[in-house]
Amino acid sequence: MPPKPKVPGLIKGLGVTFGEMVKTLKDGPQTTRYPHEREEVAPRARGVIALHEENCTSCMLCARECPDWCIFIEAHKYLAPPRREGGKPRQKNELDRFDIDFSLCMYCGICVEVCPFDALFWSPEHEYSEVRIADLLHDKSRLDQWMQTVPEFEPYEAGADAKVKKVPR
Amino acid sequence: MTLLLASFDPPYWLSTLIKVVVVSAVVPTTALILGMVFLFKIMSWMQSRLGPQEAGPRGTLQLLADGVKFLQKEDIAPNGADRWVFKVAPLVVLMSTLLLYVALPASMRLVVADLDVGVFFVLAISSLSVIGVLMAGWASANKYSLMGALRAAGQLIAYELPMVLAVVGVVIQAGTMSLNGIVFAQADGAIFGWGGIGNPYILTQFVGFFIFIAAVQAELTQPPFDMPVAESEIVSGYQVEYTGFRFLIFFLAEFATAFAFAAIAAVLFLGGWAVPWLPTSSDWYYVLGPIVLFAKVMMVAFIIFWVRFTYPRFREDQLQSLAWKVLIPLALVNIVVTAALKVVL
Repeated sequence: MPPKPKVPGLIKGLGVTFGEMVKTLKDGPQTTRYPHEREEVAPRARGVIALHEENCTSCMLCARECPDWCIFIEAHKYLAPPRREGGKPRQKNELDRFDIDFSLCMYCGICVEVCPFDALFWSPEHEYSEVRIADLLHDKSRLDQWMQTVPEFEPYEAGADAKVKKVPR
Repeated sequence: MTLLLASFDPPYWLSTLIKVVVVSAVVPTTALILGMVFLFKIMSWMQSRLGPQEAGPRGTLQLLADGVKFLQKEDIAPNGADRWVFKVAPLVVLMSTLLLYVALPASMRLVVADLDVGVFFVLAISSLSVIGVLMAGWASANKYSLMGALRAAGQLIAYELPMVLAVVGVVIQAGTMSLNGIVFAQADGAIFGWGGIGNPYILTQFVGFFIFIAAVQAELTQPPFDMPVAESEIVSGYQVEYTGFRFLIFFLAEFATAFAFAAIAAVLFLGGWAVPWLPTSSDWYYVLGPIVLFAKVMMVAFIIFWVRFTYPRFREDQLQSLAWKVLIPLALVNIVVTAALKVVL
């Protein structure tokens, strides 16, 4: 048996709603009037996916893991000059196309999780609605622009072993 | 102006016309006011929101916009429905609400019909809405509607009893069943010989007031007594199949009935349209009466809706046992004590 409360729950409940009403009238509500005021989203909110193009090796992992198949990647191979004198030319992948169709995307974040080279990041930016649905297909230059809105990673709790990742700029 | 109103004695046809127009204008207005002030604003504040903001200044015209929206909807009757009964049911509910307003006094002469058995009339008429609800549930040809209607019938009949019994205490103390008579009895009464604020019966009949408010809550099928229209289990009970205008009528009737019951509670327990320091025969009541009554109604309505926005729903068996095992015995004890004290004092 839990201990008997000092004030009966029914009366306490009335107090809660009344107190909330007074608080709302005095300090304003918890909600924001969105189109009139800018809303403050959580710092790690999943607004839009940003691409850091230099880190991408076009390994296609994101495109294959995407449940909605909304990532389109095309790339070609080319030979880069060797790093040291007399070495072998290196084979590299050049991205031709990296599109995310945000009309299909369900914001699950699997692509961001799965990227082994830290090329994809979440940005809290969310005001990119379009009149035409086809305009929701963001190409790689648009995705690269979103990189500027990606916030720095927050520090972990004290005592955590993992190092805080840096966002490439 | 008050003298002008006092000497105004229209012929029968004109006074009847005025009464019809006034009642049919007052009923939707009260429903709008309660819906706007309590359902939209107070409820929002209690949930740390602002409520509607866009329609009209600070969102005050939101309910009008909603009403217009309802009027635009198609009037659909389901295939298996008993069409005639289905279409008449909301009107039966609305009729019981309109008739409630007939006996409500807004001052000594500002009343449609000053009945000698006003209390009896009001309580009898208010239970007519059960018939409309049962008609709606049965004619909808829908399991959920029928469940909701049967629950509503069981609940409304169960809570009719404590409501009537709670009022009996007031009637015994006032010695009259006329609503105006009860107002006079409170205005002219005295507390142990001191007549400073008259004798509002909430002081002596606080048990009756509590039972009455609880029963009103159940009669309006509002939370915590909203089993008949429980959204999570029977969608909306007897209102499931209704669209557009007929749904609007149900909505209007619910809130207008809430206002009427709050007014009845104000008359029975808070002294109605009378103010303590002004004698009840004063001509000022032609103007002051409705304002005073409205203020008291808003106070009672705040309690009703405050409870509505706070408590979760009862289970069906808890709901019935509260009526039969707690409220009715309590009301009976209240009657016995009131009668005994009436004889002794």
